[in-house]
Amino acid sequence: MRLKLLTKALAVAAVAMPLTTAVADAAELTIPGTIYRTGPYAPNGIPWANGIADYYAMLNERDGGIEGTKINYVECETAYNTKQGVECYENTKGIGSGALVYQPMSTGITYQLIPKATEDKIPVFSMGYGRTSAANGKVFPYVFNMPATYWDQASVFVKYAGEKEGGMDKLKGKKIALVYHNSAYGKEPIRTLEELSKKHGFELMLLAVDHPGQEQKATWLQIRRERPDWVFMWGWGVMNQVAIKEASSIRYPMDHFIGVWWSGSENDVTPAGEDAHGYLSATFHASGDNFRAHDDIKKFVYDKGKGHGDRDRIGEVLYNRGIVAAMWTSEAIRNAMRIHNTKNPTGEQVRDGFESLNVDAKRLAVLGLEGFTYPLQVTCENHTGPGKVALQQWDAKKGEWSLVTDFYSSDRDVIDKLIAEDSMAYAKENNITPRTCN
Amino acid sequence: MLFFLETVISGLMAGVMYSLVALGFVLIFKASGIFNFAQGVFALFAGLALYDFISEDGWFYDLFGFALPVWLGIIATMGVMVIVAWLVERLVLRHLVNQEPIILFMSTIGLAYFLEGVGDILFGSDVKPLDIGLPQGASDYLLDNYNLYVEKLEVVAAVVAAVLVIVLAIFFQKTRIGRALRAVADDHQAALSVGISLRTIWVIVWSVSGFVALVAGIMWGSKSGIQFSLSLIALKALPVLILGGFTSVPGAIIGGLIIGVGEKVAEVYAGPFVGGAIENWFAYMLALVFLLIRPQGLFGEKIIERV
Repeated sequence: MRLKLLTKALAVAAVAMPLTTAVADAAELTIPGTIYRTGPYAPNGIPWANGIADYYAMLNERDGGIEGTKINYVECETAYNTKQGVECYENTKGIGSGALVYQPMSTGITYQLIPKATEDKIPVFSMGYGRTSAANGKVFPYVFNMPATYWDQASVFVKYAGEKEGGMDKLKGKKIALVYHNSAYGKEPIRTLEELSKKHGFELMLLAVDHPGQEQKATWLQIRRERPDWVFMWGWGVMNQVAIKEASSIRYPMDHFIGVWWSGSENDVTPAGEDAHGYLSATFHASGDNFRAHDDIKKFVYDKGKGHGDRDRIGEVLYNRGIVAAMWTSEAIRNAMRIHNTKNPTGEQVRDGFESLNVDAKRLAVLGLEGFTYPLQVTCENHTGPGKVALQQWDAKKGEWSLVTDFYSSDRDVIDKLIAEDSMAYAKENNITPRTCN
Repeated sequence: MLFFLETVISGLMAGVMYSLVALGFVLIFKASGIFNFAQGVFALFAGLALYDFISEDGWFYDLFGFALPVWLGIIATMGVMVIVAWLVERLVLRHLVNQEPIILFMSTIGLAYFLEGVGDILFGSDVKPLDIGLPQGASDYLLDNYNLYVEKLEVVAAVVAAVLVIVLAIFFQKTRIGRALRAVADDHQAALSVGISLRTIWVIVWSVSGFVALVAGIMWGSKSGIQFSLSLIALKALPVLILGGFTSVPGAIIGGLIIGVGEKVAEVYAGPFVGGAIENWFAYMLALVFLLIRPQGLFGEKIIERV
């Protein structure tokens, strides 16, 4: 009996050994995913993580990876906890021939990874979140926050409010409230809004909501008393759902309530039911699953039983955000492989890939994402790209989001000045000599 | 003045919601001397189970092809909570009889993580909008006629809490099991020596606590949907318990009301001067002040230990 078991074990080892060696020898593109499928923010973290994982799985199944090299996508659970995020980074950066890029999926984690990843020469792609002034590629060579920042969004919200009021000059004397998650993330837009309030003469009212935001009565009582003309929200998780319900309870007009793009998914509006009708939020990509890339995900991933989530949830806002994040990341890696003529790029080379990223309308069409998002070009100096933001509105009756504006450009005069100030202050604090970009 | 009244009413109503969670802590502490850190997760778990029974999204529907009506769903969820209570006694508490309170407390921390994980695996992490027909939104009558903002759901919660307190008070004071529960709380070994079955009592008290958790889960779930952040409401109950006392059912209610009103008034009137978001901080500060003046809380039992 024992001999039989030993023979079996040896046979298994004999079969497995060459495979193991083959895996170790083959070039692999290691992309760690610091995701959160557990904890209070899981309802938003899951569809986002699924979009990323499914897109990479589709590339592996359909194209054999990127430029013929398989992607090794390694998820690490952070529970949206900064400490766990840093631990994930330390545990995954050495996998295979080294991690190529990190998407921290949290502003808190991004802030912690900026110095570490810069030291390790691994790009950090904080897509539409994280430190806004990382847009300055001369000071933050390894951090990318395209396609737009929190400051762009704050500026576009003010622009939209001005347009609806009948012109930017009509904002003078108006009151705008910012309801924000009391964290590094939630505080990001304050500086820009303060500048814009000085420029346009509106009064800014700041209302912080503590994590997780399950109870916000005091916040909305203040809004009821002050009756601001517009309410902007920088929320995440349960904070969004509670805020939308509270706004509806005090009869605040939903079409004057605008959420950042992390406050604009199906999860945020569904619990409020009909009351959420008309609520606005920012976005930089389409929702829905009527793109060729989605068809490919269904065909090459879900039909083979390799999907990471529910098939009928493909196309939700946060799922699509995962797709766009994975698409830009894989394009940057593809660029790096082409520029450096290698199948096994390093983090430093992927940084070059990001800095020469140019996903135009033609390329989007090739990728099966025609009209999914706007064309994007990143340079050595500008790690944000176009900084454009559109607004979408929730139709509770149809249960869908629809774009209600074009993609607005932000107020560059204000934003660029703030980015320069903040990034140079960071450089001074950390003894960084800004590099030159040629 | 009207706004101040609104703030106070909102505080009272929020306080009632905190009390619903605090009640579960009190019950277990009162009857077994255990501070059950998992009480918030109990509320979450009960909410998840209820949603699964009554919705067409859950595995109950997948298995049987129909969803239960709300009343039957509540009964079925209560059944689940009794099973959980039985398992807790069988797998955790039974092995820790006569251990130090800190050991029992630590075991409930483990229980919280375990139940959260099981809930995640069984029911998924999505937000589950719970609609069992409770009224939602502000009272139109009060808003239109008196410009007074009062949430209908919170009024229902206040009524439910009042009924719960009366029922629990009768249960503890007037019934045989209630007296046995109090005996166990006073001294495990003495209770055993007079023939009270510790195991049965523990199952009963954890089941009752599971019922309170279900009520809390329903109220909080109707407010914001059933989701994993619900487990964090336990943190809201802590200052309530410190204030009201760990062993007093009325204390949990009064403590909740004081904390609710205190934090809302502080946030609305003092918050703007110090950058806001002082609600949580204020509740704990208030609790800390009470700890210094009256460690046993407003209605808690004073423990005198002679050395």
